[in-house]
Amino acid sequence: MKAKIHITLKNGVLDPQGRAIAGALHNMGYNDVEDVRQGKYIEVDLKSPNAESAKQTLDKICSSLLANTVVENYSYELVE
Amino acid sequence: MKSAVIVFPGSNCDRDAKTVLAATGLYPTMVWHADTKLPNVDLVMVPGGFSYGDYLRSGAMAAQSPIMREVKAHAKKGGLVLGVCNGFQVLTEAGLLDGVLLRNQNLKFICRDVNLRVETTSTRFTSAYKKGQTLTVPVAHHDGNYFADERTLKTLQDSDQIVFRYCDINGETTADSNPNGSLLNIAGVCNAGRNVLGMMPHPERCAEGLLGGIDGAGVFASLIAA
Repeated sequence: MKAKIHITLKNGVLDPQGRAIAGALHNMGYNDVEDVRQGKYIEVDLKSPNAESAKQTLDKICSSLLANTVVENYSYELVE
Repeated sequence: MKSAVIVFPGSNCDRDAKTVLAATGLYPTMVWHADTKLPNVDLVMVPGGFSYGDYLRSGAMAAQSPIMREVKAHAKKGGLVLGVCNGFQVLTEAGLLDGVLLRNQNLKFICRDVNLRVETTSTRFTSAYKKGQTLTVPVAHHDGNYFADERTLKTLQDSDQIVFRYCDINGETTADSNPNGSLLNIAGVCNAGRNVLGMMPHPERCAEGLLGGIDGAGVFASLIAA
């Protein structure tokens, strides 16, 4: 199974990289861009008997390594 | 007193740490991150550098290294742990210290001297200083922007766990004196048990007069003064 994982900053955490991207877009003329926040996309190929046990493993992987839960949220989609 | 310096793949301040620890009489041993046993030491130092290339997040993978289980056990028993720069990042990722170190607010890698104010001398790492003393110590980091939520910041303040803050030459914690955007100008914190300290500046880089400054020597002098 393949897990498609998104890791994003929690609201209220300053994102200077996102702000720099927004600034660059404004310089390019895209003045309708109001805000940009940057996150991470990670794919994990997982050997697993079923979706339930895959989710259990993924929750552990995400909360212990892939995301720093002090400042980041994670979500994932499982694909066969 | 004896010490251990943890070496991760990508650590590069481990030998500076060893030099200063040895000169202070703390008898350092180098310990590889994949080892599963710590020698019997009083102090574990987690040095600066770029463990795992700062991939994923600075210190994130190093925090999961086999040796960190032993470092956590050592800290739980009251053993001393000092994390400098990447070491501070590792300690927050390992849950031994509150908060997180984010990308510097101005997005640049900052490599220069900063002024620090010693906020508390009630730790084994700062007893040789005077409260309110200002120090000049170098920083070299890209991800030194200390963040914690409001509740955690209040606890740190109320429990006297903020150990160093960035300040100007007069000891005022101004916005201009803050190199990286850290909340409350926080440069270093300790845990509730006061046996674990993490700091972004490098005291081991200014503990020898030959290298231009000795303001960092107080951290090691505090440690040896049992």
